Amino acid sequence: MERKKLGLIINPIAGLGGSVGLKGTDGVSEEAIHRGAIPRAEERTQRALTELLANKNQVIVYTGPGSLGGRIAKQMGFPYVVDGALSDGHTTGKTTQDLVRWLQQQDVDLVLFAGGDGTARDIYAAAKASTVFLGIPAGVKIHSPVYAVNPSAAGALANLYLTGKVTKTSEQEVVDIDENQYRHDIINTKLYGYLTIPKEHAYTQNRKCASPPSEATAMETIAARVVDDMEPDTYYLIGAGTTTRAIMQELELAYTLIGVDIVCNKKLVAKDVYGKQIMQYIRGKKAKLVVTITGGQGFLFGRGNQQLTPEVIKKVGKDNLIILATKDKLFQLRGQPLLVDTGNAELDQKLSGFYRIICSYYETAVGKVATN
Amino acid sequence: MEMKRIDRSQKVRVGFHEAKWDEAIIYELSKPGERGILVPKADKKVVDAVGNGVSMLPKGLRRKQAVNLPELSQNHVLRHYMRLSQETLGADVNIEIGQGTCTMKYSPKINEQLARGIFDLHPEQDPSTAQGIMEIFHETDKYMQEISGMSRFTFQPGGGSQGLFTMGSIVKAYMNSKGETRDEFITTIYSHPSDAAAPALKGYKIIYLQPDPKTGVPDLEAFKAVCTERTAGFIQANPEDTGLYNSNIAKFVKYAHKMGALCCYDQANGNAVLGVARAKEAGFDMCHFNLHKTFSTPHGCGGPACGATGVRAGLEEFLPAPLIDFDGKKYFFNYKFENKKFGVHKVRAYYGVAPVVLKTYCWIRSLGPNGLYQVTKTAVLNNNYMFKKMLEIPGISAFYITDDNQRVEQCRYTMEKIYKDTGVSTTDIQRRMMDFGMHYWTSHHPFFLPEPITLEPTESPSKEDIDEYVNTLKYVFKECYDNPEYVKSAPHSSTTHQVDESVMDDPKKWATSWKVYLRKYK
Repeated sequence: MERKKLGLIINPIAGLGGSVGLKGTDGVSEEAIHRGAIPRAEERTQRALTELLANKNQVIVYTGPGSLGGRIAKQMGFPYVVDGALSDGHTTGKTTQDLVRWLQQQDVDLVLFAGGDGTARDIYAAAKASTVFLGIPAGVKIHSPVYAVNPSAAGALANLYLTGKVTKTSEQEVVDIDENQYRHDIINTKLYGYLTIPKEHAYTQNRKCASPPSEATAMETIAARVVDDMEPDTYYLIGAGTTTRAIMQELELAYTLIGVDIVCNKKLVAKDVYGKQIMQYIRGKKAKLVVTITGGQGFLFGRGNQQLTPEVIKKVGKDNLIILATKDKLFQLRGQPLLVDTGNAELDQKLSGFYRIICSYYETAVGKVATN
Repeated sequence: MEMKRIDRSQKVRVGFHEAKWDEAIIYELSKPGERGILVPKADKKVVDAVGNGVSMLPKGLRRKQAVNLPELSQNHVLRHYMRLSQETLGADVNIEIGQGTCTMKYSPKINEQLARGIFDLHPEQDPSTAQGIMEIFHETDKYMQEISGMSRFTFQPGGGSQGLFTMGSIVKAYMNSKGETRDEFITTIYSHPSDAAAPALKGYKIIYLQPDPKTGVPDLEAFKAVCTERTAGFIQANPEDTGLYNSNIAKFVKYAHKMGALCCYDQANGNAVLGVARAKEAGFDMCHFNLHKTFSTPHGCGGPACGATGVRAGLEEFLPAPLIDFDGKKYFFNYKFENKKFGVHKVRAYYGVAPVVLKTYCWIRSLGPNGLYQVTKTAVLNNNYMFKKMLEIPGISAFYITDDNQRVEQCRYTMEKIYKDTGVSTTDIQRRMMDFGMHYWTSHHPFFLPEPITLEPTESPSKEDIDEYVNTLKYVFKECYDNPEYVKSAPHSSTTHQVDESVMDDPKKWATSWKVYLRKYK
């Protein structure tokens, strides 16, 4: 049987900042080491790879040299191949990106990477949509759901995926917070993109309720609702995220995943537009704004859709907001209010109140936008 | 040799193993020609009078080919079903606390015995020969009226969801009768999914209210924001499956009425309020009870059931027909609403599952009004004792704990911390508890609360039973830290190992009957 190709990327400095009170490692790794931080990414990777040991003869590891993955692969007895173009030692985000590109050239089946939100951003910057990734949590900040709940869970899921027991995948958000602000206790998340990860399914017994529809099906039904309700000669600003993307797919139009597209009479008017451009298109026209919750904290505006400037939001108006979210995504907020951070405090205040959030073709939920 | 007493001090049944027979389905056991009963040939006189028995049937009703039934002897049939019965984990063998929301209380066997007395009755037989059971239907209707404050009940719905469907149908019929074209129905996230599905079947768009993150019950202002002249109905369980009671419910109902909507009370969690609160006083227009849950008939998880549905005065004409009435001399089937232009007409054949209604009648009569109140008091006491014991387990917590929102008859807990620490999820625990001969339930999907556990002790278990259940859970949660892989690979002592449900994602692969299975896979 042909061996499965497992890509492995360790960000050796991930998690350094946390252990010495620096709330992250972005740009401060040397200071962290100076304060006595001990690298832990390799140890966490080892915990993940332990789950794959039983099948190590069916896997070949593709990785970087030394602390990037080669050392731990060798120690644990995995057959491995190293990217000869890279060198161990001082690593940066570019090192991670170079390794991602090389792994994709090797046509790996899955890339396991150890790090935090910053590492996920670097991975995303070089990732193809067809590559499947999975994060081993090792960084200080883990807000992106591309990471497993702990290293063992990452290894177990990787094992199930490589042995064909898990075959489904899903796109999950890559989000990060501004570490400079975080160090001053301000949490400011931003959506950077999506990575495809294996989708774990639960083995059950004693069920007393039916399986819910998949996330993809839920998005399709939401998109069908929006498309069926579209009014003629109205400019629909469709912006950022996988839920809104489903509308463009339903209409069979080209789309921008992390950006805003404009649709009128079910035809594409403009793609990947921002602030002033949007204003030019909708001036004197009837417009509606279709948005979803972004950034993992329930933000409607200000995280990943900054193209929607306060001027655009004001022009469209509160009553022409169409908010979408799958139940899975909405329920992660557990009833917490939705947030807005448009950059205009007065507008933020005006946007407060109750909204209907479309969850499927026939279902909406009531959501509250907080008054800050 | 000295005889030693068996040590029973261990409260966690680590030695349990469910029976496993690896039994084939009955069609696979079939052998051509094998018979359970050999029917004697008819007497010549009979044959001369009626022919071969088939020739008397109209041609259009005759089968063109033999019916596909399994062919087995009596002892093979008996053995097959005895084995299957041993492979189940029924309410009579386990401490039935884990199936939260199901109200798995003890159902007195004497009521089962009494119900056997009416097995020979047929719903088509002349009413003059069925006056006894008709009286019991009529009397049970009156009891349900007293318990709820409603004006009239139907027992026609064959289950809880059908009761909810009946309420959705009544709302639709009522709105049609008024010439209203309202198209929205409001419910809550924590109400049963059928509270949304039932009105959706009637063509309504569904609006969910989310719980307030602090109190766990919906916000009245959120309700007012979406309750408009488009709202046909509002439906809510109260308490909801979290065990939290919305004490503002009368204000919701009042506002809905102001907007012209009707209000439906899902009383699937009725065990929390018997003798304490009634639908009428909260202003509801209609309600339903699951006789198979609250009224102990018992809950069969798909077996015979009844979603008794009642309406306030003025809405009786929308109930499905027939109702059973008494004219002063005899009980009779009242069909006067059957052909009404805007009625519900029927949701099911006949007038309800008679043994279920009979068992309800017996249960109510054996307890009386004070007994029903004691049922609720005891169920609430048991649940709150269990709540305290559960929160003592490391890693277990609950949401919405404030000073004034005590859990009523059940509770939804969370094991989020244990999941984060160990990677063991609540669905893993669900399987592992089978290894101790116990049920355990999570929540409806998608989970609103992370890694949920929903438990409902009812009034039936003793303190020792609750302690044993909690101790078993405690044992399993400790295992999560000591040996997580063992928990994740459970069950180890149950009939069936892990069931991969991912194949259920594709309806094209479903085989919903033996015939479909043969067509698709043979």
